[in-house]
Amino acid sequence: MQKAIKKYFPVFALPTLLAFFISFLLPFLMGCYLSFCEFTTVTDAEFVGIENYLKAFQDENFLNALIFTVKFTIVSVLSINILAFFLALALTKGIKGTNLFRTVFFMPNLIGGIVLGYIWQLIINGVLYKFGATLSLDAKYGFWGLIVLMNWQMIGYMMIIYVAGIQNISSDIIEAAKIDGANKVQTLFRVTIPLVMPSVTICLFLVLTNSFKLFDQNLALTAGAPGRSSSMLALDIFDTFYGRNGWEGVGQAKAVVFFVIVAVVALTQLYFTRRKEVEN
Amino acid sequence: MKAKKNRNEAPALEVSKSTQAVMIVVLAILSLVFLMPIFVVLMNSFKGKFYISDAPFALPDGETFAGLTNYIDGVSKTGLPSAFCYSLFITVFSVLVIVFFTSMIAWYITRVKTWWTKMLYYMFAFAMIVPFQMVMFPMSKIANILRLDNPVGILVVYLGFGAGLSVFMFCGFVKAVPIEMEEAAMIDGSSPIKMFFLVVFPMLKPTAITIAILNAMWIWNDYLLPYLLLGTDYMTIPIAIQYLQGGYGSIDMGAMMAMLVLAMIPIIVFYLLCQKHIIKGVTAGAVKG
Repeated sequence: MQKAIKKYFPVFALPTLLAFFISFLLPFLMGCYLSFCEFTTVTDAEFVGIENYLKAFQDENFLNALIFTVKFTIVSVLSINILAFFLALALTKGIKGTNLFRTVFFMPNLIGGIVLGYIWQLIINGVLYKFGATLSLDAKYGFWGLIVLMNWQMIGYMMIIYVAGIQNISSDIIEAAKIDGANKVQTLFRVTIPLVMPSVTICLFLVLTNSFKLFDQNLALTAGAPGRSSSMLALDIFDTFYGRNGWEGVGQAKAVVFFVIVAVVALTQLYFTRRKEVEN
Repeated sequence: MKAKKNRNEAPALEVSKSTQAVMIVVLAILSLVFLMPIFVVLMNSFKGKFYISDAPFALPDGETFAGLTNYIDGVSKTGLPSAFCYSLFITVFSVLVIVFFTSMIAWYITRVKTWWTKMLYYMFAFAMIVPFQMVMFPMSKIANILRLDNPVGILVVYLGFGAGLSVFMFCGFVKAVPIEMEEAAMIDGSSPIKMFFLVVFPMLKPTAITIAILNAMWIWNDYLLPYLLLGTDYMTIPIAIQYLQGGYGSIDMGAMMAMLVLAMIPIIVFYLLCQKHIIKGVTAGAVKG
C-alpha cells in the first residue's frame, strides 16, 4: 500500500511543503545567514562576521528588554499557574454555577492582544490617574500592567487544562487517600498535584512561551514607554528592524539570540517537568 | 479516553453547604472582576472623548453622554466594516486551506515511512518553537518578491506558518486511524485520493475541528504578520485598531473605545455560540500539543 500512496507525493505533500518552504524554512535559513550580514533588504547583504552579535549585546535596550522579559516571565508563570490551579480545584467540587464561572473566566482568552492592550491601558491609566501617574511615567507600571493583563487573559485557559487534569484523576485514589487518613493538604500535595503533572507540564510550557514571545499586548499597552524601558524582547527586535536605519543586521542577530533562548528554555522546562510525571 | 470515566456522572459534592456558599460568593465576585474591564470599555464608548481618560470609572451622565458619536467617528476613521470583511475572509479561507492541506500531508508522512518523511515530521515539530521575529524580516521580503502581499497571497503564508502545529497534531491522530480500513478500500480499487477523502478524513473530523478552532483564534487576532504583509492597504481588525493609535497627536479615546467594543462583539457572539467546541478544542489541542 505504501508504494501506491508514495506516487501521490505531488497531491498530498507538495502544496504544504511549498508553502512551508516559502514562508518558514527559507526565511529561517536566510535569517540565520543574514544575522552575520549588513543589509537593508535581503538582496544587498554583505558578510560582516559576528559584528551584529557584538552590537546586539552592547545595546542597552536589548539587555534591558532581556531582563524585563525574564522577570515578566517568572512572575506571570507563577501567578497564572497558581491562580488557575486553585480556580480549577474550586470548579471541580461540583458546586452550583460551575459552567457559568468557567464560561466567564475563559472568555478573555479569545480577545486579541491588541484589543486587550487598549482595554487595560484605559483601566490602568484610570487607576493611576487618581495617584497622579500614568503608564508612560515609569516602566514598573508597564510591568505590573502587563502582569495583570496576562493573568486576565491566560488564567481561564490554564484553568480549563487543569480542570481536565483533575477530572482525569480516578476518584478511587482520592478515596483511598482519605481512608488511609490523609488530610486535605496532604491529599492535595501528595496525590492531586503529582497526578496532574502532565497538565502542569503543558500549562508551564504555554505560559512560558507565550510570556517570552509577548508582542501585541506590549505594543498596545505601553509601546515601550517611557522611552524603550518597558519593551520586551519581541518588541525590541521589531523596533531594531523597522525603527533604526542600518540596524537590520543587528535586529536579525537579536532575533537569533531570542530564538535560541526560547528554544533552550522551553525544551529544558519540558525535560524537567516530564520527568516528574507519574502514571495515573 | 480515560477522562470520560467520571465526567458524566454528577460529581459528588465534596464540600459542606456553608463552604459551598462561601465559594460561590467568592467566585461570583471574581467573575465580576473578570467582566469589569469589558463593561468599563462599553460604558466609556458612550461618553464624549474628553471625559474618558480622566474618569473612566464614572457612568455617563447628561453632560458626558455622547450617544453613538464615537461609533460614527471610529468607523469613519478606521473603516472597520471593511476591516471586518478582510479579517473574516483571511481567517475563514486560511483555516480551510490549512485543514485541507495539512491533513493530507500528515496522513502522507505517517503512512509513507522513509527517512525523509521522518525528517519532515521533525521539521514541522521544530517550526512550532521558532518565534515569529526570527523569520519575519526575510519572510516579508520574500512575500513581496513573490507578490504574496495581498489578502489571497497571505493564505499561502498562513498555510506555511500554520503547518507546524497542524501537521504535528494531525499526525498524532492519523496514527490512531486503523490502517485495515484503508487497505480494504485500496483493495476495492479506490485511488489514494478518493480513499483519503471518503475513509480517512471523516475519521479525522474531531481533530480537524480542534485544529480549525486553534488556527482561527490565532489568525483572527494576529497583528504582526498581516501588518508586515498587507500594511494599511488591506487592514484587518487588529491593524485598524492599532492604526487609530498610530495617527499624529493625541489619540481619540472615544473612537478607540467604540472600536474596541465593535472588535469584541463578533468574538463574544462566536464564543457563546460555539463554547462547547472551543473549550473542547483548546483542551484537546493543549493535551496533544
